[in-house]
Amino acid sequence: MAAPETVISIRGLRNQFGTQVVHDGLDLDIYRGEILGVVGGSGTGKSVLLRTIAGLNRPREGSVTVLGEDVLTPPGPEDTGALWGVMFQDGALFSSLTVRENVEVPMRTVDGLDPDLRRALADLKISMVGLPYLAGDKYPSELSGGMRKRAGLARALALDPQIVFLDEPTAGLDPIGAAEFDTLIRDLSRALGLTVFLVTHDLDTLHAVCDRIAVLAEKKVLVTGTMDEMLKVDHPWVHEYFNGPRARAALATKAAQTGPDGA
Amino acid sequence: MTDQTRPDIDISATEPEVVVTLRGPVTLHQATALDADLGALPADRAVRVDLSGVTRFDTAAAWVLTTHQTRLDAAGQRLEITGAGTGPASLLRTVSDAVPDPTEEPPDRFNLMDDLAELGEAVAGGLRFLGALIGYFGLFLARLGRAIIRPREFSLTSLAHHCEEVGFRAVPIVSVMAFLIGVVLAFQGATQLRQFGAEVFVVDLIAISILRELGILLTSIIVAGRTASSFTAAIGSMKMREEIDAMKSLGLDPAMLLFVPRILALVITLPILGMIANLMGLTGGLLMAWIELGISPAMFSTRLLDGTDISHALVGMVKAPVFALIIGVVGCYSGMQVKSNAESLGRMTSAAVVTAIFAVILADALFSVFFAQIGV
Repeated sequence: MAAPETVISIRGLRNQFGTQVVHDGLDLDIYRGEILGVVGGSGTGKSVLLRTIAGLNRPREGSVTVLGEDVLTPPGPEDTGALWGVMFQDGALFSSLTVRENVEVPMRTVDGLDPDLRRALADLKISMVGLPYLAGDKYPSELSGGMRKRAGLARALALDPQIVFLDEPTAGLDPIGAAEFDTLIRDLSRALGLTVFLVTHDLDTLHAVCDRIAVLAEKKVLVTGTMDEMLKVDHPWVHEYFNGPRARAALATKAAQTGPDGA
Repeated sequence: MTDQTRPDIDISATEPEVVVTLRGPVTLHQATALDADLGALPADRAVRVDLSGVTRFDTAAAWVLTTHQTRLDAAGQRLEITGAGTGPASLLRTVSDAVPDPTEEPPDRFNLMDDLAELGEAVAGGLRFLGALIGYFGLFLARLGRAIIRPREFSLTSLAHHCEEVGFRAVPIVSVMAFLIGVVLAFQGATQLRQFGAEVFVVDLIAISILRELGILLTSIIVAGRTASSFTAAIGSMKMREEIDAMKSLGLDPAMLLFVPRILALVITLPILGMIANLMGLTGGLLMAWIELGISPAMFSTRLLDGTDISHALVGMVKAPVFALIIGVVGCYSGMQVKSNAESLGRMTSAAVVTAIFAVILADALFSVFFAQIGV
């Protein structure tokens, strides 16, 4: 197998708020087309890491390179909308705009794009994330939590970015909605060739979606690898996380799904 | 490349089929021009689009190709796409699966009936709003009665806290406002009355206008701005965070715990604030009359006691509890109308202030008519 292309490379990252050090000497590589799941206990700086790569948070030290461009040296990459999209935890949709207008917002920066075409493309994106056509006319406050997340994803995908950052995509969803969202992420990532950086607590998502998992602990990326490799890691927190009762349940579900034809 | 928005496109309209060759990046940036180019193709023969030279391809381009494919299909022709790599091919598949069905478009025609219905809805909404306000007033009275029968359910601490919040803390602003109003009245009255040599009547002017109208009205307006908004914001944010629901589920009565202390605090403190405003207004007038007209404080007070009947002060004070009820009920009601988003909190807060001030002025006008009729 050829060596995978690195799209995001983080070296020696240090994040600090006041006297509290969140990251210290953090290194991480993310490869093209993969879905990377980032896990870690509360307060280990998963969201801070996401925000740092997406350029929303300036680290004290270290370098972040996305597709060969340094994100941290001003002025940063020119067209971030085409590079990456971010889906925030509750969608972070603009509340005074309809869903369609929300998805159109990033496209407004494109020169010479016909308004009718823009509208049609927004409808396409809304449909691609599995929302009904009529949802486009609704305001964010009229949508359920799951629909808001989908709309947030549609906005993140508006400019066909190469990388998508997802912050807790399945938090607050019922199991059926969460499973649907997992499938959506996986299908879109395969179809569009997306690289996905995903922060989650949901073990089912890790099982169902992620190609690789990175564990944040002790202020750095403690270990990365596939799910199977995680089960063998000999670190108390990692062991507890991936071998706890909930993890076993998630594993059992996965085995039951793939069992009949896998065996 | 000279123009970023033009795709690198070759169209050769040969006889059996039109061959469209695309090269380089075909993305959102080129989509508008690509759409126009494909739209200009003749619909009477088949089209073959060659993507083998395309370096970048995104959903926008895939959408344009898919829609033209559908358009040509409808015209009995076909659009064939060749040379698509695995990435573009999967994109085309995904997009053609996801193209939304525009037949679901909701009808949005407006006609006269809709306008009429809207007008009727607005009128009915206004009446419902009035009814709801009266309902909240009734709720307050009922809970107040209950608090009198069963004082244990009523929290005196909360009442004291709100009295401090809406009454005591409003004293400085109300005093300064009333003092300045007194000064302005004396100054303006003096300039006008001096023309007739009737400077001394400035005392009557100040006394009657402040005691009867301005003292309590302006105090109420300031309190409406200060307190109605804070009631709405406090109760509204509790509603937003489901605290009100939590109270109900714990068997606590929000009306008893939230409305009664707040409205009662207003009913108690607004007359006191009005009294302070009256005093400060008279003080301002006295000072200005002394400086500007040379009416000494002794003369001012003699004139005040001789020329002004106590009924003026009473007429003013009678209005205070009514204004307090209006402000309190509007503030609490608006707070309970807040929905689960921050936007409605802001909207209801400003609506509460506007409604409270308007209602206070309306009530004041009704009082004026009433007192004129009974001749007080």
